[in-house]
Amino acid sequence: MEHIVIIGNGIAGVTAARHIRKISDKKITIISAETDHFFSRTALMYVYMGHMRWRDIEPYESWFWGKNRLELKKGYVEKVDTDNQTLHFKEGGSITYDKLILATGSVTSYYDWEGQDLKGVQGLVSKQDLEDLEKYAPNNKECPRAVIIGGGLIGVEMAEMLRTRNIEVTMLVREDAFWTGVLPKPEAEMISRHIISHGVDLRHNSELDKILADEKGHVRAIVTKTGEEIPCGVVGITTGVKPQISFLKNSKIETDKGILVNRLLETNIKNVYAIGDCAQQREAIGNRPPVEAVWYTGRMMGEALAQTICDKTFEYNPGNWFNSAKFFDIEYQTYGWVFSESRKKEYEAQFHWKCKSDLRCITISYKKESGEFLGINTFGIRMKHEVFDRWLNEKRSVDYVIQNLKQANFDPEFFKNYEKEIQAAYFNQSVTV
Amino acid sequence: MSTVQRNMSLTGEPPKTINTQQKIASAIGLIGLAVLFLAFFNLDFPNKPLWLTLSLVMIGTGIIWFSTAAYLNKHEGIKNDGVYFKSLSSRGFWAWILGIIVTLFYVVLYWFPQYLGLVQDGENKGIVALFDPLSKLLNGGPASQWFVYGTLYTVAILAFGIKFILKYRHNKYEKLRTFSVMFFQLGFAFLIPELMSRLNSDSFKLPYYDLKNIWPLNYYNFEQYRVDEFISAGDIGLGLLIFGVVSIFIITPILTYKYGKRWYCSWVCGCGGLAETAGDPFRHLSDKRQVAWKVERWVIHSVLVFVVLMTTAVIHSYLGDDSSKYWLTKDVFLISVAALLTLVFLGVWIFKREELQKDARIGSIAYFVIIIALIALHYTTGKTLFLFEAETLRQSYGFMIGAVFSGVIGVGFYPIFGSRVWCRFGCPMAAILGFQQRLFSRFRITTNGGQCISCGNCSTYCEMGIDVRAYAQKGENIVRSSCVGCGICSAVCPRGVLKLENGPLEKRIDSNEILLGNDLDLMSYVNK
Repeated sequence: MEHIVIIGNGIAGVTAARHIRKISDKKITIISAETDHFFSRTALMYVYMGHMRWRDIEPYESWFWGKNRLELKKGYVEKVDTDNQTLHFKEGGSITYDKLILATGSVTSYYDWEGQDLKGVQGLVSKQDLEDLEKYAPNNKECPRAVIIGGGLIGVEMAEMLRTRNIEVTMLVREDAFWTGVLPKPEAEMISRHIISHGVDLRHNSELDKILADEKGHVRAIVTKTGEEIPCGVVGITTGVKPQISFLKNSKIETDKGILVNRLLETNIKNVYAIGDCAQQREAIGNRPPVEAVWYTGRMMGEALAQTICDKTFEYNPGNWFNSAKFFDIEYQTYGWVFSESRKKEYEAQFHWKCKSDLRCITISYKKESGEFLGINTFGIRMKHEVFDRWLNEKRSVDYVIQNLKQANFDPEFFKNYEKEIQAAYFNQSVTV
Repeated sequence: MSTVQRNMSLTGEPPKTINTQQKIASAIGLIGLAVLFLAFFNLDFPNKPLWLTLSLVMIGTGIIWFSTAAYLNKHEGIKNDGVYFKSLSSRGFWAWILGIIVTLFYVVLYWFPQYLGLVQDGENKGIVALFDPLSKLLNGGPASQWFVYGTLYTVAILAFGIKFILKYRHNKYEKLRTFSVMFFQLGFAFLIPELMSRLNSDSFKLPYYDLKNIWPLNYYNFEQYRVDEFISAGDIGLGLLIFGVVSIFIITPILTYKYGKRWYCSWVCGCGGLAETAGDPFRHLSDKRQVAWKVERWVIHSVLVFVVLMTTAVIHSYLGDDSSKYWLTKDVFLISVAALLTLVFLGVWIFKREELQKDARIGSIAYFVIIIALIALHYTTGKTLFLFEAETLRQSYGFMIGAVFSGVIGVGFYPIFGSRVWCRFGCPMAAILGFQQRLFSRFRITTNGGQCISCGNCSTYCEMGIDVRAYAQKGENIVRSSCVGCGICSAVCPRGVLKLENGPLEKRIDSNEILLGNDLDLMSYVNK
């Protein structure tokens, strides 16, 4: 029986395993050094916040794995010997495979700051990170203040987590508003205001210079590029993640930032595949970056690869881009492409609407010339994935989208509707321009 | 972490801690409660109306002030910080203390009302006596232990209802739903029946009737003494009796078809009302394991069979044999029951067979056979229906299901098993509505394409123990008989994935994995 070995028990690896099991009887082994069972990485924050226990963020009960004949192996793969199709473990021992799926995910990326190895300097990616945060920031006596470096999705999650324990949070953001590399300015500014309203000391145009230690090798303070010293017990590094590929250094598998794969998710070595955060497309697909560190794309790659593994060759062919997040109390969803100022295409125009509450806004982007709808960012209003996916495929016009916006609403029953307000704003603007 | 941190004190570190205002509010509420305790230990209060008012107002004020102090200084949004750190909401020390106290209260209430001060013929004492003035004001007579219970129950739903509304003030569905349960509790369960009993005189007597309390939840609605009273009360009584029958056979199916069982379970019902308000801090304690779901299906349907058998036996026992006196005789009744059950069974079997899971099919066949066999037994032995005396059945149902299950376990164990144990495992009304919701209703919870991140908030905060995430992460609709439509899964979802909806029956239960973000070719492949 063919033996499929998957390194990594995150969403990509586990999705691949589930779908392979659905359509085949192959022997499947999932290896992880991190945890015994699959958990939802995006839910790490809720454990620290006391919303859920560890076992609540595990999507499958422990009997699931045995019942579906998914063998689990806890161990750290130190060496991948593709010539002999063998994996060697740090703890000793080895395992052979017929097909190997690399789904090792991401690690926090550091930028060679002085003091970045101190205790209390950490990202928020792994279970280990969560345990460290619990250790170094258990309460506001042990850790009266934390500094978060970088304004992205993990940064805002970390800020929310720490604020639930009344720990003061200073956030250093290089740009002049939150996540402006991705969000259009009006949205970024609204989210900045919301973060500040939650008691976060959000500093725009501010960067980390170095991290200072106390006598025990623990972080004591940070110094910003302007020379200001901010005392703190924890430094959250949330300036991004990078593929976890260090264990492949001496292997024959070709890597760049991530593990290089083609559209079939095959690496340069036969019978070795890579999916999820750790994979890098040799050629970017559409507007997507070659490395996509997103829950959804990991899952999609897992689904696609399972077919290929089971001899139904299938290209990874993601549909329209979508994503979501939550910034404290404001939910965010995006469908299609809405670019930030720095990345905006020359053909792209945007329509913004913001609610008086300063808690809701949308941005619709479209082609200047033809008026073709390109994408939407929506904050504080839930919208339907299926509807926008269809409209994007049908290449609807922006006028059509605005007029039919109600069809896409996914807010709970009895919620206030904003379509009329949005429509009025849109058509007023069109007249004046 | 694998070890949940708990703290025995009510205060401690954030987010476990409570602020100064909350401490004062707690003290006020506890003093109000202490007055009731003193009355319980037979301290005779001189000015009862004053002390009772003081006590109830202090309890209510304490709860409401606590809530405003807890929520109003924070942003609108989800308020689950520290739920699993607080002793009271994570099965810690205080949870057990509260559970034991409430359980003891129920034991005394059901079986030892004399300790509450109930005196059958004469002046009440203790806590019941404290409630006499309010009882006299409303219904003209002295209080009973049930009046005390009903008043406290109503105060709890009102005060904790306000707490819930403040907690979910950003969510209009939750606000409306909570206004609704508060209204039905205050009006239908408490004031109307009390005021109705004022109409009673020597020549006219209606049974105590909470109009929204429908058989089989109200398992005693068709007992002999009540039916006699209904009939002897002329047109009004007859109207109420007919309303009782119409409620379950006509009104309930129509509303459940249109809106799902939520119209009752989380908008109207008193048991649900308490669970949604006072029970809200414990909703996450429900067991989410698949094994709990299996147990649930067996237990709740067994209770349903039990209540049908019991009610049939009881009604059968007081009907006559002579059709010339009254058309509804023992035989006519039994044949009607058997015919109705057969009709329901055949209808489901013919039209909805594919939608029933295997064990549900086995279960329904088994139950059908049992009922028919027992009725057949009646004709062979002739003496008693269903092998047991009707009275024995009635008493054991009242004891085991009516008191132990719905009261002692259902409410007393809130802090241990969660707030909907009765609704999930025991309520025969929920079983009927759920059966219909699963097979013949427009209600479903829809999933927003591929947006689920499997975080688990929906499953964790589902008071009915439904593993919502299991469906959401596959992009499936959630159509479960136990879902009471409280809407909290949708509220706590951080990615806007879930929505409670009424829609067409076609494609309501779609078990295919749908759009999760890949191109449609692949998905059609996966679904093959």
